[in-house]
Amino acid sequence: MPEANADIIMPDGAEKLFGAVSLDIIRLDGAEKHFGAVKALAGVDFSVRAGECVGLVGHNGAGKSTLMHMVAGTLAPDTGQIAVRGGVEASYSVPRAQQLGIRCVFQELSLCPNLSVAENTRINHASLNGFGWRRKAADLIAAKLDEIFPGHSISASDIVGDLSITSRQMVEVARAFTVTQEPLELVILDEPTSSLDAHTAGQLLAFVRRFVAAGKSCILISHVLGEVLGNADRIVVMRDGKVVAAGQADQFDRDRLVTAMGGAAAREKAAAEIASGKPEPGPLRVRARPARQQDGNELVARAGEIIGLAGLAGHGQTDLLLAIFAAASRARTGIEVTAPVALVAGDRQSDGIFPQWSIAENIGIRSLARLRNGLLISPQREAELAELWQRKIGIRTPDMNNNIFSLSGGNQQKALFARALGSDAKIVLMDDPMRGVDIGTKLEVYDLVREEARHGRTFLWYTTETEELDNCDHIYVFKNGRIVANLRRDELTEEKIIQSSFGEAA
Amino acid sequence: MLRSLLPALSLALVLIAIAWLNPRAISYFGFSLMLNLAIPIALATIAQMFVIAGNELDLSIGTFVGFVGCVTATWLKDAPLLGVVILLGSIGVYALLGALIHLRNLPSIVVTLGMSFVWQGMAILILPKPGGKAPDWLLALMAFKPPFIPFPIVAALLIAAVVHFGLMRTSYGVILRGSGGNSAALKRAGWSLLRTKIALFALTGLFGVLSGMALIGITTSADANIGNGYTLLSIAGVILGGGEFVGGRVSPIGAVIGALTLALAASPLLTFMHIPPDWQVAANGAILIIVLAARVLISRRER
Amino acid sequence: MASLRTLLARPWIWSFFGALLVWLATIAFTGGYGGGGMITAALSLAVFTVIVGVGQMFVITLGPGNVDLSLPANIGLASAVAMKVMDGNDAMIAVGLLAALACGMAIGAVNYLLIWALRIPPIIATLSASFVIQSVDISYGRGLQIKPPPGFADFTNWQVFGIPVLAILTVLFTIGAGIVLQRMIYGRSVLAIGQNIRAAWLAGVNVGRTRFLTYTLSGALGGLDGALLAGYFRGANVDIGNEYLLASIAVVVIGGTSVAGGKANVPGVWGAALFLVLLLTMLNTFGVSVGVRLVLTGLIIVGVITAAGGQKALR
Repeated sequence: MPEANADIIMPDGAEKLFGAVSLDIIRLDGAEKHFGAVKALAGVDFSVRAGECVGLVGHNGAGKSTLMHMVAGTLAPDTGQIAVRGGVEASYSVPRAQQLGIRCVFQELSLCPNLSVAENTRINHASLNGFGWRRKAADLIAAKLDEIFPGHSISASDIVGDLSITSRQMVEVARAFTVTQEPLELVILDEPTSSLDAHTAGQLLAFVRRFVAAGKSCILISHVLGEVLGNADRIVVMRDGKVVAAGQADQFDRDRLVTAMGGAAAREKAAAEIASGKPEPGPLRVRARPARQQDGNELVARAGEIIGLAGLAGHGQTDLLLAIFAAASRARTGIEVTAPVALVAGDRQSDGIFPQWSIAENIGIRSLARLRNGLLISPQREAELAELWQRKIGIRTPDMNNNIFSLSGGNQQKALFARALGSDAKIVLMDDPMRGVDIGTKLEVYDLVREEARHGRTFLWYTTETEELDNCDHIYVFKNGRIVANLRRDELTEEKIIQSSFGEAA
Repeated sequence: MLRSLLPALSLALVLIAIAWLNPRAISYFGFSLMLNLAIPIALATIAQMFVIAGNELDLSIGTFVGFVGCVTATWLKDAPLLGVVILLGSIGVYALLGALIHLRNLPSIVVTLGMSFVWQGMAILILPKPGGKAPDWLLALMAFKPPFIPFPIVAALLIAAVVHFGLMRTSYGVILRGSGGNSAALKRAGWSLLRTKIALFALTGLFGVLSGMALIGITTSADANIGNGYTLLSIAGVILGGGEFVGGRVSPIGAVIGALTLALAASPLLTFMHIPPDWQVAANGAILIIVLAARVLISRRER
Repeated sequence: MASLRTLLARPWIWSFFGALLVWLATIAFTGGYGGGGMITAALSLAVFTVIVGVGQMFVITLGPGNVDLSLPANIGLASAVAMKVMDGNDAMIAVGLLAALACGMAIGAVNYLLIWALRIPPIIATLSASFVIQSVDISYGRGLQIKPPPGFADFTNWQVFGIPVLAILTVLFTIGAGIVLQRMIYGRSVLAIGQNIRAAWLAGVNVGRTRFLTYTLSGALGGLDGALLAGYFRGANVDIGNEYLLASIAVVVIGGTSVAGGKANVPGVWGAALFLVLLLTMLNTFGVSVGVRLVLTGLIIVGVITAAGGQKALR
């Protein structure tokens, strides 16, 4: 895709601007990483200096997490080198990173739920041992929690599994900032506020600014662009495994970030197509009220509609989709479903793929009853179904009988779409299915979704990527498990969604 | 909250039932007699608890206890040095199994099921017919009569205290339990999962050895099949004691309480209720089912 | 050549290879004497392992943690039930078989009920169930010395040209099991659940019903096996099923079924069962003691699973 980034300063430019005087805490040169057929990183240069907060933005699957795993030492690059404070690290690893004072708060929680808060602190500090270690660990984590989140209600003896998800994230963050013997130079915060409320998120970001002002460094990854714009000194934008823009934070604003992250061209195309007429919506397909909804708001979807579910990640969108899915087979109060349902998973590995099966078997599983010839499943009909959808959705493979993992990530996702669209389902639930998918695949799938909707299918589409909502006829914004706003497409703006997501509706 | 009291509650219920059926049993000699076999059961349960803490299961602990029993009643008496070497070696085998299971990513159920045959075969090779004799010092130890409190209770308290301290209070105990709770997090923090697995299996071996020796100290002679029932008893004991199958949630104190409950419920309670010994095993199963059902009910209410 | 390579790439071929090797070693030892009789005997005995092995295979294929530990108790009780119902009377053979099947199915259904209602791991559920069943069996079967009806005993020992009829029927049964696994919705559902239970649910698989059917099937096969064993060995007893706990799991693992679930192998069950039976025959022929035999059996199972290795759940 052509870039309009003449006005964005590229990494080299930034380098000149700052001068190479201050030594980098960490520096990656030409880092590449492949996962099977998927290229997660395609030659990335990245560095962090002392006393700076680097904001890292990009859509899901842009390669941010892979890059951070390399900085933390949990993943080694296939090619490229890592240097810490100017010295090249031949065998960089987790212990080495810890020794150098580099820590990471990963997106997936890395606390042991069966241990107490103090005991979890112990796990990250080999030196917390011997007589009285329990007291020391408890004091250490309690002091740090007090410092970052004054007024918190977490006790060091609480078992982590009993804590709320918000408290767990607070513990995880506070633990990363505790210091015993090893130094603390750089902390990577990967979506640190995803489970925090506005108040605690503010406390954390204020602490990060104090931390950086004291000469330490921080990498801040966040989907909330305002957080990055407001707290980072420098911003790096990633897309499709590459750094596409980098520069001082004050050179960016929201629009420029969104443009650099990509998807603007697709947006215009989609908007143009949707504008080209829409048939009248058909009969009612889904009527659902989230379990925690107290007012009369509810989600209504009719035949032929594409309904968007928006809001910050993890605010009840997936829960509602799963509740609708469950309600299709067993009646549930508050949810009405009038037609067969299929779901397209976003987390392919845990919710979608059957790793031992071929592409054809992965597609056929939702339609087994229709593939039968008498009592037995007909291999011929299964192959026909697979081939039909290979053509229709463009799955790139020489043979649909190959294992599903022979496909690239985007094509695996297409197979999951084929599973749902090839079934008898009149309602298709999409659980943020474009996570980590390349832009080309996305555009193909968007077209297909709109075409299927024209033929009367209903789509409920949860997405964390705002521009995908342009494909929708109607958008429900979620916060804390409830529907807080109900927008028509012509009312839709990113500001409006953010406003509702952070609004005082709770 | 109620849930953590469940193990103690089940033990109290069994005790109340016994006291009601036969008040004379609640005495120094009554307990000495009824809890006669509680020490080896408690030790075997602790052994099982260590592997369960690491999300594994040992289906060979019963035959291992039998094997240790046979070694104790033969070599440990006749050639103590050789006996000690064999027992230490068998703990080493356990450590090796832990390493094997970790390195080759094997299901512990299948590996230990295979090992159960190995231990049983070796026990039969050592002692083809029931016999042998426990070393005198072991007999003396197990016949110890402390004042006021019966020995089995003293021993149970001691075992629970020592293991509780080791697993729940020491800094490496945290790492061992953490390996069952979130092994990925532990690895990320730079800990060796190979080492934790080896440690947990070696501890299982150690307590298996202690269990077999204690058993022979009580029965005075051995039999290759003497420990066969302990596999099921030990798993049931851990679960009764509030342990979970996965996630590293175990409790040494609970496990000992679970073992005592099983020891009391299996034979003394049934005898007092005039139920034939045929139903002894069923009683264990029924207790297990009832406690698990109670647990489900409680956690449903607490949610 | 190419077909040979595809044949060798199939995991089940190795269990047959092992069985062949053991057989050759034995007849080499006896100087070629009794090779045919050995195969007949091995086929007759392997049948009982194969029947429960197939049930266990379906259960294990459901994924990590799924295993039926109640099979030995189940077999013991069903053998007693079958003998009591048949009561030595040829006319009651069919009724007795049905009773054993029903008894096994009931046990399987109870197993799943415990798993579902108490939300406990299958290992604990089938374990506690087996405690209870064992006691029922001890109490029910006490002093039970009923011989099978002569017709039934003859049937289980019936041979045609040196091939046990029961073995032929069991081969047909395993072919059926293979078709069910690959070509029927139930079998596909089992495979899907074993690979990823959540993905299976989200793909519209009826997870609850499939698991229920699988545990009931395993129970039913255990019950059938109990009745056949009592016929073959001319009488029921409490310990008749004891060796089938290890054997049923071992044949599944040795036969190339993934312990991580989602991948089952029907022919391998036959190969592994023949291998185990022939191994015992070989060790008996060599005149080794019970102890050595047990040690070797155990070591072989540990060795095979180590060689197969690395197939625990990916997650």
